[in-house]
Amino acid sequence: MPLPPRVVAGVLAAATALALTACSSGTGTPSPVKPVAAGEFSPGVAEALRRTSTITVWSWTPQIADIAKAFMAKYPQVTVNVVNAGTGNDEYTKLQNVIAAGSGAPDLAQVEYFALPQFALKKSLVDLSGNGVAGFADRFSKSVWGSVSIGGGIYGIPQDSGPMAMYYRADLFDKYGIAVPKTWDEYVAAARKLKAADPNLYITSDGGDAGFTTSMIWQAGGHPYTVEGTKVGITFAEPGTRKWLGVWNQLTADKLVDTHTPGWSDPWFKNLNAGAYATMLSGAWWPGILESSVQSGAGKWRAAPMPQYTVGATATAENGGSSFALPKGGSNPLVALGFAEWMNTNADGIAIWTRGGAFPSTTAQLTDPAFVNAEIPYFGGQKVNQVLAEASRDVVPGWNYLPFQVYANSVFGDTVGKSYAANADLAPGLAAWQQQCAAYGTKQGFTVTAG
Amino acid sequence: MAATPHRIRASRALTAVMTLALVYAFLPLVWLLVSATKTQSSLLTSFGLWFDGPFALWDNVGETLTYHDGVFVRWLLNTLLYVVAGAGGATALATLAGYGLSKFAFPGRRGVISVVLAAVAVPSTALAVPTFLLFSRLGLTNTPWAVILPTMVSPFGMYLMWVFANESVPDSLLEAARIDGASELRTFRSVSLRLLSPGIVTVLLFNIVATWNNYFLPLVMLSDPEWFPLTVGLNQWNAQASTVAAQPIFHLVVTGSLLTIVPLAVCFLALQRYWRSGLAAGSVKQ
Repeated sequence: MPLPPRVVAGVLAAATALALTACSSGTGTPSPVKPVAAGEFSPGVAEALRRTSTITVWSWTPQIADIAKAFMAKYPQVTVNVVNAGTGNDEYTKLQNVIAAGSGAPDLAQVEYFALPQFALKKSLVDLSGNGVAGFADRFSKSVWGSVSIGGGIYGIPQDSGPMAMYYRADLFDKYGIAVPKTWDEYVAAARKLKAADPNLYITSDGGDAGFTTSMIWQAGGHPYTVEGTKVGITFAEPGTRKWLGVWNQLTADKLVDTHTPGWSDPWFKNLNAGAYATMLSGAWWPGILESSVQSGAGKWRAAPMPQYTVGATATAENGGSSFALPKGGSNPLVALGFAEWMNTNADGIAIWTRGGAFPSTTAQLTDPAFVNAEIPYFGGQKVNQVLAEASRDVVPGWNYLPFQVYANSVFGDTVGKSYAANADLAPGLAAWQQQCAAYGTKQGFTVTAG
Repeated sequence: MAATPHRIRASRALTAVMTLALVYAFLPLVWLLVSATKTQSSLLTSFGLWFDGPFALWDNVGETLTYHDGVFVRWLLNTLLYVVAGAGGATALATLAGYGLSKFAFPGRRGVISVVLAAVAVPSTALAVPTFLLFSRLGLTNTPWAVILPTMVSPFGMYLMWVFANESVPDSLLEAARIDGASELRTFRSVSLRLLSPGIVTVLLFNIVATWNNYFLPLVMLSDPEWFPLTVGLNQWNAQASTVAAQPIFHLVVTGSLLTIVPLAVCFLALQRYWRSGLAAGSVKQ
């Protein structure tokens, strides 16, 4: 597997270029891109959708079967074969295997933003920047478009996004006379006040989760990862990480945050239902989780912007979210692209899965008054989407994930997780994480500078 | 046989330890039983080891069997297929190979046994990805063969049968059969197989449990849920709660897990008497 990854800046692999577009040349400069209006397909895709074809799509989105059905009703020549090959890492393992084996790759696969660089830089995915996709930039919020633009290419059609906000239990804040924190200092103060009032209450839960930690460093303006081609830099000794640690270490060391309940576990859901956590710092998909799994919290939760490091700032980050990418070796890239486009940019396609609680990433939805001004009953009629749409505009730009972030996240528990479990300073844990990631990256053929 | 006071004290301590062990072993099972009677919402709001909310066991069972067009039943049948073909095949191969290595002298026999012993030490998880690449070349990934064929190889089972054949099939008996003019196959069928049966049942039980619980191999090999065994399928249901636009179905995961252990428990209870009768074999010189 240790293929030396190379710079992919704008270079289309010849085979892909042939399969994707008859017109684009594989000379290293991206072919001129004609912008394609929203809701329209490029001529190549439109033509492919008129021919009889079958594509296989790997996705764990629960609504994907309905989306495929709606699509097939509209384009009856196309058969979309939906396969749930596993969620997140399970799917990535399989994807890596089939790509390594050279057969069995799906035409389209759901890949989270954090994992996208790993597949893109190993040249496992089709660069979509030809074929009109580069012209999609203004259809999506800036931050998600940044997430699919890797090394000069575009490697996925964004599906959902997760700009972060602070969700809080208004009833608990009222009960103990605590104002909604606007800065991190106020957040820490609120945490202490809550704990003093009721020792069973936590300001939030963080059992040690790589996705959460990286998002929090992102929100603090941190840049622990730099990626330039095969040159990768990793450092957690930078100002953004230090800013976040300054806040978070106080919370974990004094047990104001529940560090002992793993996220998404049965006891964790029980705690949420019992009202043990006063806030959750999470992506815009969180309201959907609350509604489906924390029914006892109905009417009690509200959303607010993320607390800030400086008064009056509006910085936030992305947490979670996924895109649809075309693995190399798929049999029908144009049809796959057409389905991904329809699912994620056509209002009918988007409507199906946003109904299930996902947060959209298209500018059309994010500025649609019907969406933004919807009063959400679970949140006591609050116009939650206003807060979240605002957050999607306030994501700090310029964030990078590692080109081996899937591996990095998988060893988070063995390194930083230990600091969490001991309620100790998180910095040594991060240093250990950094070291382990650097060693792995070097073995994979990257030039890694750490420190 | 009057016990001394010292011995009584010791056995009391032992009883306490054993009781603790029993509680420890049974708590998860109790949790599973109790949880399977709850609805999704009471599952997340009530104490895990006691009943709460409406008694929903039968509803849960019904929903588990019909959710997603009854995919659970399909997974159950898949698991049965893997157990019958995989574990059954592994037991048959292990029996033949163990018997052959034990009773027939041929060049390289020691070498074969050493290789098999060494193979016991290699965890099957470590072999899963190379096996995947191999099967992919053969065009067998994402088919039931990809689970059945690797499952049919059980070095530990073969080792066990080799030891068992050494101990429980006397060479003199085989000699007698041969002198009477029985062919090797006939001898194996009418004489050895009977003597080997407790060992075969033991190996079969081991293989059934291992195949029933196998997770990583099918996870790597299969991408189409149509061919999943229960372990991988239930995990997929579980993961459905932790994604965007989540549709949590914990009550079905719990009920499904309970249903999953029922056939295994039945199998164990049905086979254990054969197994027990074999435990004493070879313990006393005949």
